[in-house]
Amino acid sequence: MPSSERIARCFEACKQAGRPALVAYLTAGDPHPDRTVELALALERGGADVLELGVPFSDPIADGPVIQHASDRALHAGTTVARVLEIAKEIRARSAMPIILFSYMNPLLRYGFDRLCTEARAAGVDGCLFTDLSVEEADSTVAAMKKHGLDTVFLAAPTSTERRLKLVAEYSTGFVYVVSRTGVTGEQATVAGGVHELVSQLKALTPLPVAVGFGISRREHVEAIGGYADGVVVGSAFMRVVEEHGASADLAAQLESFTRGLSGRP
Amino acid sequence: MSTTTQTPDAGGHFGPYGGRYVPETLMAPLEELERAFHEAQQDEGFRAELKDLLANFAGRPTPLYEAKRLSQTLGGARIFIKREDLLHTGAHKINNCLGQILLARRMGKQRIIAETGAGQHGVATATVCALFGLECVVYMGEEDMRRQRLNVFRMRMLGARVVSVTSGSRTLKDAVSEAMRDWVTNVSSTHYLLGSALGSHPYPMMVREFHRCTGDEARAQFLERIGRLPDTIFACVGGGSNAIGVFTAFIGDAGVKLVGVEAGGRSGQLGEHAARFSGGSPGVLQGAYSYLLQNEDGQVSLTHSVSAGLDYALVGPEHAWLHDQGRAEYVSATDTAALAAAKTLARTEGIIPALESAHAVAEALRRAPGAKDEVYLINLSGRGDKDTDIYRENFPELDKDDAE
Repeated sequence: MPSSERIARCFEACKQAGRPALVAYLTAGDPHPDRTVELALALERGGADVLELGVPFSDPIADGPVIQHASDRALHAGTTVARVLEIAKEIRARSAMPIILFSYMNPLLRYGFDRLCTEARAAGVDGCLFTDLSVEEADSTVAAMKKHGLDTVFLAAPTSTERRLKLVAEYSTGFVYVVSRTGVTGEQATVAGGVHELVSQLKALTPLPVAVGFGISRREHVEAIGGYADGVVVGSAFMRVVEEHGASADLAAQLESFTRGLSGRP
Repeated sequence: MSTTTQTPDAGGHFGPYGGRYVPETLMAPLEELERAFHEAQQDEGFRAELKDLLANFAGRPTPLYEAKRLSQTLGGARIFIKREDLLHTGAHKINNCLGQILLARRMGKQRIIAETGAGQHGVATATVCALFGLECVVYMGEEDMRRQRLNVFRMRMLGARVVSVTSGSRTLKDAVSEAMRDWVTNVSSTHYLLGSALGSHPYPMMVREFHRCTGDEARAQFLERIGRLPDTIFACVGGGSNAIGVFTAFIGDAGVKLVGVEAGGRSGQLGEHAARFSGGSPGVLQGAYSYLLQNEDGQVSLTHSVSAGLDYALVGPEHAWLHDQGRAEYVSATDTAALAAAKTLARTEGIIPALESAHAVAEALRRAPGAKDEVYLINLSGRGDKDTDIYRENFPELDKDDAE
């Protein structure tokens, strides 16, 4: 099966089940690269539908403190791009959950972008999302990803103009990721207003599923956004669990139980 | 060699370098800024107001000074110094800050944020915010705040809030990241007054345009004074704003050598310097593609320089392009060479340079003895008052009471 279909089918299955897809972000390598596979599987058991596997980067300008610290810990633990690809492969061997590589551009450019795409595809990765890649800079990257059958997920933001939303929709495959508010990643008590409208605007521009992320950390957020979006993305809330229980043997159980609370699944 | 085009392409690329590598949230604000900048450039009122501020507030034109004693001492090139250190606030940074604050006001932004390394850009930003009554927040690495205490105080006296950045290397790179996080969060009310020819389009182009007055003046001053252009121009390169400011007017003059001087730091080992051209490779950091100090896995390397203003992992993208085309040459001067050059300039000309500028001086001193009949220009981007503590640490023999 071409990997791009894995994401499409997942969103379709969630739609049939009458619920939003839960897209779970996990910084690969935190607290240690040897534990990431176990944590990814715990997320899946807890009800995550799609995994965003984060490549740690030294200068994550779009991330708040929780994910910044997770990146620092992962880098200190020796996580490399090559190791992240091995982790993806190990997860794929044990799970059918779609995997999206989530990264800043520099580590991948350094690795060699075409080599990255070849190896990511072989490892069972389904798509990529790059926080600091604007559509304006994306032609060669998108061509490489398409050549290797990887979905190209781009971000839409509350500041995006109509023209830019069209571009984002045009460049995306798999799904479109809507950033719920201006700012960096991190948990919030409430979800910003205006997200519903942004999702509607995008839905008028593309048949792709639309997922909403940034600031989502509670079951009530998932329920509210699930009323109008096809997916919700949660990151910092998971990484906070990893931060708090990283040293503990039952980290995976803690993460699974937290995920179950968010997903509302049995 | 083909003449370098002076304008980046529509996407802000200088050859393959530059561009816009930022989260989508910042793309519309960057487009808005670019539009505002182009409109302002066409607006006679804007140009006149900026010109007046540069002349009557900042102190332009700055002198082109012939350093006769220094030249004599070295016994080679005839050395001229462009005195950007005589500008209000003590460095070239004020040129760009005046330009950007007028733009921010045009765009209706009430809040200004900036990053600073050595504090010269922070002081210039705090100054223009005071002048226009705008809120000012400056991000500065904890380590740089320690090294540049005097400038921290100056910013506070001018009414700015200085936020200590404790992540990463606690220097300029981390201050830029924090400023970008603030901008992405407060983008509707806030203008990010970026302090070098760095970051995403339109910043490298815009900052260059606000600093090109340096080179334009120097060119006219040389023609008037000695009837010819200099043979070689030296400028230090951190982000590269003072260098691009002085280079721009001469890029079309193939006979004028352009020399950018990076921080050679303590040694050539990764992490011990900020020499991006000799120790780095192209990569993306903080919004732009350019030469970057990074490890084999694409993680951004720590840098070191005795001068906080040069202590940065990425170089401005236009410099990367000038480098690849061979139009400018990039070398580095070590901490030791820069410190020695500062002392030489102080002793021969009565000018204490900023440590950043001392790197440019060091390279000119190294070459001058063998360059008879040549004319040199050193862009002295800033004055050394802010570095007094570092000079004292490094010249302990000067800090003792005279015995006799």
